[in-house]
Amino acid sequence: MSMDTEVIRRQFPFLTARGSPCAYLDSAATAQKPQSVIDAMRQQEEMHTANVHRGMYPLAEEATAIYEAARQSVQSFLGAQAPQEIIFTKNCTEAVNLVAKSWGKANLRKGDAVVLSPLEHHSAIVPWMQLAEHSEITLAWVNMDASCAYTVESLRTTLDTVQAKLVCITGQSNVVGVRPPLKESIEVAHNAGALVLVDAAQLCVHHPVNVRELGCDFLAFSGHKLYGPTGIGVLYGRRELLEGMSPFLTGGSMIREVTRKGFSSAELPQKFEAGTPPITQAVGLAAAIKWLGQYPWGEIEAHERTLIETTFAGLQSIPRLRILGSDDPGAISGCMSFVVEGVHPHDLTAILGDQGFCLRGGHHCAQPLHEHLGVPASTRISFGMYNTIAEVQAFLPALEKAIHLLSKS
Amino acid sequence: MDLYAEHILDHYHHPLGKGKLATPTVVHEERNESCGDDLAIELTVEGDIIMAVRWQGEGCAVSQAAMSMLSEKLEHMRTEDAAALKPNDIREMLRVPIGPRRTKCALLSLHALKNALLKLHHKPSQSWAETLGE
Repeated sequence: MSMDTEVIRRQFPFLTARGSPCAYLDSAATAQKPQSVIDAMRQQEEMHTANVHRGMYPLAEEATAIYEAARQSVQSFLGAQAPQEIIFTKNCTEAVNLVAKSWGKANLRKGDAVVLSPLEHHSAIVPWMQLAEHSEITLAWVNMDASCAYTVESLRTTLDTVQAKLVCITGQSNVVGVRPPLKESIEVAHNAGALVLVDAAQLCVHHPVNVRELGCDFLAFSGHKLYGPTGIGVLYGRRELLEGMSPFLTGGSMIREVTRKGFSSAELPQKFEAGTPPITQAVGLAAAIKWLGQYPWGEIEAHERTLIETTFAGLQSIPRLRILGSDDPGAISGCMSFVVEGVHPHDLTAILGDQGFCLRGGHHCAQPLHEHLGVPASTRISFGMYNTIAEVQAFLPALEKAIHLLSKS
Repeated sequence: MDLYAEHILDHYHHPLGKGKLATPTVVHEERNESCGDDLAIELTVEGDIIMAVRWQGEGCAVSQAAMSMLSEKLEHMRTEDAAALKPNDIREMLRVPIGPRRTKCALLSLHALKNALLKLHHKPSQSWAETLGE
């Protein structure tokens, strides 16, 4: 199906049901949900409610089949080898924590390093910091300049100076929208003997991701940024790695056997899915993947490119406004952030918010990146497939007016 | 009424009491880490009277305007009365609706004041929950 933004907008109840127009420009935080996702979840709750992997009655079998079909949707979305490589978690953050607290705890020793870059979201930083508190591992940071370009050379320099065991790398910055060269970075990391965990929370919404082509060892994303529901995230892990890892959370579902003496773990993927999983959310995520899959990536990317370029040009013409990161709009995808001299992002986004422009102001869960850029906070504009040039064209003068109101002279 | 009412923007653009004291009795700084609002308050206290207030800070219009207005209110106030100020006193002083998103912006000045007074009496700082009265 070819992509017509007006047709796409009509599929989102939020974008059509509101009395007053509201430009939702915060999809990097969470995306609006299409009707088909909402319907699939409702249908699941209404007609297929039973716990999975338990009952012997047909309804329970049906629920299990639906849940496992959702896993296969994710497997094919990521190009993974087997459904066992797909673990459902609560969100992207929990997926990273699973790796840190299971693989990291068992495999990282004193002197080993986890390599990060300032582009990372707190969810890809803090689990490693917490691990470092107890294990004397070190965190090594890839250097970058003010343009926030992640270079393979810089990664190589960092890898040469530490005993790297893992490289944690975002596929696309949630603040400045730049994309590190993933495939090359993964190759360089592997050559240095390190595994690679990709945070694809932003990337997989705006660009096709194939874990086998990338060659990554782990990859995490969340459902709600991909036009799916909250409450579900995904960890992809290479099967042999997951096989060798201990459970993260423990309790029901993840066990093979429990006796008074102890327990043994279930096979993959149940080993990592303790307790009743997010069944309805998995159904919602599968529906989101199916919905997204109707549209060719080329058209999605071309549409979002126009949004980025129009916004970039508009922001560039506003005095005292500085776009953070790259000065090449071609290097930016999904979102961009800016600061205005003398104007706090919270004031700006509050005033714009009252006029129906939903943007995020703050540090966007990326304080090390803001420290790198020398600003405490910024204003971020981010896009989904449903955003239009008309929204950008209405936003730009509203922004200028708000800046004028808040300016001190 | 709009949060960015004329008197709020006026205090933000032309703050009262902003600066430093030559010999303050107590100096205390508080920060809202999540948004980067920062206020450092300086008091000159004689006996139990606040004789002078100066402050320095950066941040959003709400946090800065609130500090400006509060500094005006504090001069010649008894420390006991200043320590008894409640979040609602700040809300009434601001005369604009402060929603949950902006509560900490509006009350950063009160939080800084409370902890400055505790420091003056050699007592440990209080938490945000205590300032908010939760």
